[in-house]
Amino acid sequence: MLPGKAAGCTGLATDISDKILSEPLKHSDFFNVKELFSVRSLFDARVHLGHKAGCRHRFMEPYIFGSRLGQDIIDLEQTAAHLQLALNFTAHVAYRKGIILFVSRNRQFSHLIETTARNCGEYAHTRYFKGGLLTNAPLLLGPMVCLPDLIIFLHTLNNVFEPHVAVRDAAKMHIPTVGIVDTNCNPCLITYPIPGNDDSPPSIHLFCRLFQTTINRAKQKRRQMEALYRLQGPEGLGAGVQGSAASPSLGA
Amino acid sequence: MAASRVSCAAAASYRLFLGGRVSLARRQGVWKAAAAELQTGAVFQILRLRHTTGVTTKKNVAALRRETYTVDFIKKQIEEFNIGKRHLANMMGEDPETFTQEDIDRAIAYLFPSGLFEKQARPIMKHPEQIFPKQRAIQWGEDGRPFHFLFYTGKQSYYSLMHEAYGKLLEAEKHQNQLQAKGLFSEKTKDLIGSRWLIKEELEEMLVEKLSDQDYAQFIRLLERLLTLHGGVEEEFVQRFRRSVTIQSKKQLIEPVQYDEQGMAFSTSEGKRKSAKAEVVVYEHGSGKIKVNGIDYLLYFPVTQDREQLMFPFCFLDRLGEHDVTCTVSGGGRSSQAGAIRLAVARALCSFVTKEEVEWMRQAGLLTPDPRVRERKKPGQEGARRKFTWKKR
Repeated sequence: MLPGKAAGCTGLATDISDKILSEPLKHSDFFNVKELFSVRSLFDARVHLGHKAGCRHRFMEPYIFGSRLGQDIIDLEQTAAHLQLALNFTAHVAYRKGIILFVSRNRQFSHLIETTARNCGEYAHTRYFKGGLLTNAPLLLGPMVCLPDLIIFLHTLNNVFEPHVAVRDAAKMHIPTVGIVDTNCNPCLITYPIPGNDDSPPSIHLFCRLFQTTINRAKQKRRQMEALYRLQGPEGLGAGVQGSAASPSLGA
Repeated sequence: MAASRVSCAAAASYRLFLGGRVSLARRQGVWKAAAAELQTGAVFQILRLRHTTGVTTKKNVAALRRETYTVDFIKKQIEEFNIGKRHLANMMGEDPETFTQEDIDRAIAYLFPSGLFEKQARPIMKHPEQIFPKQRAIQWGEDGRPFHFLFYTGKQSYYSLMHEAYGKLLEAEKHQNQLQAKGLFSEKTKDLIGSRWLIKEELEEMLVEKLSDQDYAQFIRLLERLLTLHGGVEEEFVQRFRRSVTIQSKKQLIEPVQYDEQGMAFSTSEGKRKSAKAEVVVYEHGSGKIKVNGIDYLLYFPVTQDREQLMFPFCFLDRLGEHDVTCTVSGGGRSSQAGAIRLAVARALCSFVTKEEVEWMRQAGLLTPDPRVRERKKPGQEGARRKFTWKKR
């Protein structure tokens, strides 16, 4: 809470960085992620289609709207709410220059997910997940490695329809997770679950596009804020706060 | 604390030292960054999980430690190598500008003659890149973010290669679909004779990463699938992973055909088998007469088997009665003399015969000298392999 009083010359820099980091937290939807999707667009991308009733996971029952001809239908109102929370959180993590890791074990979309990660400047892991990657990182990756700050699961299950090891390991290492949970997945250990279809191409394409846009937007906003505060310098700190509060959302 | 423990030399305390170290490691595996952050009180920053353990549980022995060379060290070595190269050129009285690696090797062999059998134990002076093993630099920047987008997979070069290859495959498929839609589709045959895929070790060396057999097999399968599709752009990408194979028959030395006083064409060659040496002259046009040491072959080799050995090269090429042979042979016994003459005759016939027939002869084994020699008798045994009779009591 207290601004850095360590040294007079670094006090200014700390003030600016404090301002930059605290500003987005004052608004509920600083990055305006609501405008990126609508219930209609989710429906058109077939996000509401779940698996057959026999594959249903017990903990997914609250998110299921009903079942038609034996196929579960996911409640898109809840999906929209969860998606807004998840995208908002992702944007905040990207704004604070966090490391984001996209994880999936579905071979059909592996190339797409890796391309998405590359386009937003983040990281992807759609290959065989070695056991101690998160829990034994110094041995596997290097002595002074940084672990991801957020893990996004586009497919929570692996190729044998079991929960991906990274879900449990991220929970162990206190790494927040965002995940698209289908009707046969376990949403328990995921911080921001997004109930939705993870098997159809249009649905996964939509989610990839959404994550890519959010992350790019957040990074751009960060660059804007830094430029703004650097230009204003020491005098305009007070005025700068009002100036940025007036336009919290990005133009098109 | 750990450093002082390393210095104690007693073997008994080693186990104690290792056990103590493990518990130390557990306690020291604290989020150092988090602790530092809490102290400065900057709450808004994400506590970047920098997982640092000061000690590892492995033995810190020089033999097991992998030597890591810094970039500055390698650069210094390269500078020293270049200066040393120029000094060496001056010493040998040659031009420093055009002093190649072969000249360096010759100079070192001259200045430091060594009788050691192991070539790698002799003095060498090579470029540091060939001596120090290739290593990876640190994979992340100052802010802790890794450079490569596939860093967290563990095998970033291999998986990025797979990603690239798969991307090219998708493009090629799209291109092929477009061609098919327009109706311009045509079957394509690629000739890949004379080249082979990279072996696993070569790929590992190229990527500076360890691979498993399945990874390698998967990669080759992907490239072969890429080759079956149309699209000329992928050729260069695939050619990077093919190495040319020199066909063995090209290395075969063919004797030149000589002409004697009467204008008869003949060719000479030598052959060896065990301790027998043979020198043979084969005349192009003849009636199938063979003279060994001035004696007719029927009298010199009474055994049918030896004569069959002589006949075999001609039999193979269907030229039984067409050539005349004169040869001199010494050493060995009757069978090895026959073998020596056979090899010499086959080599001589190479000059009268087409290239494909030479390749067939090579594949039949006619042009390969038999490497078998008599194995020495060992002490404690009766012969080379035969042991003394084993008596139970």
